[in-house]
Amino acid sequence: MQLTKRAIAVDRSPMTFGEKIYIPAIAKGLKITLGHIFKKKATVSYPEVKRPFSPVFRGLHVLNRDEQGREKCTACGLCALACPAEAITMEAAERKKGEEHLYREEKYAAKYEINMLRCIFCGYCEEACPKDAIYLSETVMPSNYTRDYFIYKKEDMLITQEQMDKRAATGKG
Amino acid sequence: MLLLQIDWVFFIEKIALILVIILSSFGVAAYATWGERKVAAIMQDRIGPARAGIFGLLQPLADGGKLFFKEEIVPDRSTRTLFIMGPALFMVTALMTSAIIPWGPDFSLTIGGTERIIALQVADINIGMLYIFGVVSLGVYGIMLGGWSSNNKFSLLSAIRAASQSISYELAMGLSLIAVLMVTQTLSLREIVEQQSGFWSGGYIWDGGYFTWNFFKQPLAFLIFLTCSFAELNRAPFDMPECESELNMGYHQEYSSMKLGLYLFAEYINMFISSAVLATVFFGGYNFPWMQQVQNAVPGGLFSIICVTVLMAKVVAFILFFMFIRWTLPRFRYDQLLNLGWKGLIPLALINLVITGGVILFFFNK
Repeated sequence: MQLTKRAIAVDRSPMTFGEKIYIPAIAKGLKITLGHIFKKKATVSYPEVKRPFSPVFRGLHVLNRDEQGREKCTACGLCALACPAEAITMEAAERKKGEEHLYREEKYAAKYEINMLRCIFCGYCEEACPKDAIYLSETVMPSNYTRDYFIYKKEDMLITQEQMDKRAATGKG
Repeated sequence: MLLLQIDWVFFIEKIALILVIILSSFGVAAYATWGERKVAAIMQDRIGPARAGIFGLLQPLADGGKLFFKEEIVPDRSTRTLFIMGPALFMVTALMTSAIIPWGPDFSLTIGGTERIIALQVADINIGMLYIFGVVSLGVYGIMLGGWSSNNKFSLLSAIRAASQSISYELAMGLSLIAVLMVTQTLSLREIVEQQSGFWSGGYIWDGGYFTWNFFKQPLAFLIFLTCSFAELNRAPFDMPECESELNMGYHQEYSSMKLGLYLFAEYINMFISSAVLATVFFGGYNFPWMQQVQNAVPGGLFSIICVTVLMAKVVAFILFFMFIRWTLPRFRYDQLLNLGWKGLIPLALINLVITGGVILFFFNK
């Protein structure tokens, strides 16, 4: 009983002479392979050439600054709370008299560490931050031989001047 | 007194020639592995090794180094002597065939006042083709020893399959060579090459001119010999013993480090030598069109070098063809393989023999 109308009857007729000597089939195959020699190759020679990432790609974390160059992060701890892998730890500190140009509000993060081996790059910290201070950039995490390398400190993640310029220029990063 | 009477220059000449041939077959086989990966990649829309040196040219060195650094494991219950002898035998028989291939014409050199004729062929024996055939048959021993001494049922099965495949295709190979023998009247490879000198001889077709290369005189024998050499090399589409090693097991499953390296390398040397034999017997060896004019124009040594280059170009073309076929065709099932050998190629070779005999008898009255 046929369930669909797409059934094709199997062709069990004996092989013709051309099929038996295999040579026409071989020649057809060789022609296809020969054609592929002249097609464009799909290989991307990374790291000289990089494929473009989509705008929502979640890479390494970047701690943001505002227009006057002051750190936005206030060590509120919402990102650490939201993180499903418990990868973020921080210690808050009070802003002193002469440091107004460094930090936006009176509370700032003296120590801010993310354990990249625990991080799953889900982006919940970016969604949770009320100050728009952390976001996930396009940078792919580099590899290393020791585990200590992967505890990223605040200095590793604070946005650099060229990243700020790139963001201003292209609107992503 | 006897020491001075021995012709020392002869020994030195032959030993130098042997060294050059062995080293260049190693070199060609090493770069055939590079070429294989590159050709495979280009046909599969990707680029092959490109990081080890420019265009990946140092990749064979990296592979060789990697094999050296691996650990040598000899299985506990294996037959130790045979285990070590297997790859060695395979390599020896692979290199032995290169002794009788004429790599170029003779050239004369003046050494110490006397003029000597140096032949670019290590040994010109008058049963050349038979010797090739015998050595190729011996090559199967290397695989069988490896499979048996591994003390592993799967290796044994794969070795037995390799042996039966080799035997089946040797017969058709020999029969097609007999047809060539009927045309050339001699088994010596040097004479076969000399009979194919130039490319065209004797004026227009209606004046009796014809192509001199054996490929035009015996196209069917060439096709049969080509197919059988694929089978003897254990190369796709006939790589039943090899595929078992890629997929699950095979005769070189228990091998590691340099013994495995010898097996894999000897396969490529076999491919190089098979291409050289094909080029010599069917495609005129070191002959090329307008050979006579070039020979009159350039000095003897340079002409020999040109001829060797022409032969190497033909060999490289055949190696590329082998690789091309490997990466195009799926492999035969075991019963399809034996069917083709026994029920397809042997009758075809016999028919070829009968046709050749008939043509020689009626048209050439020999």
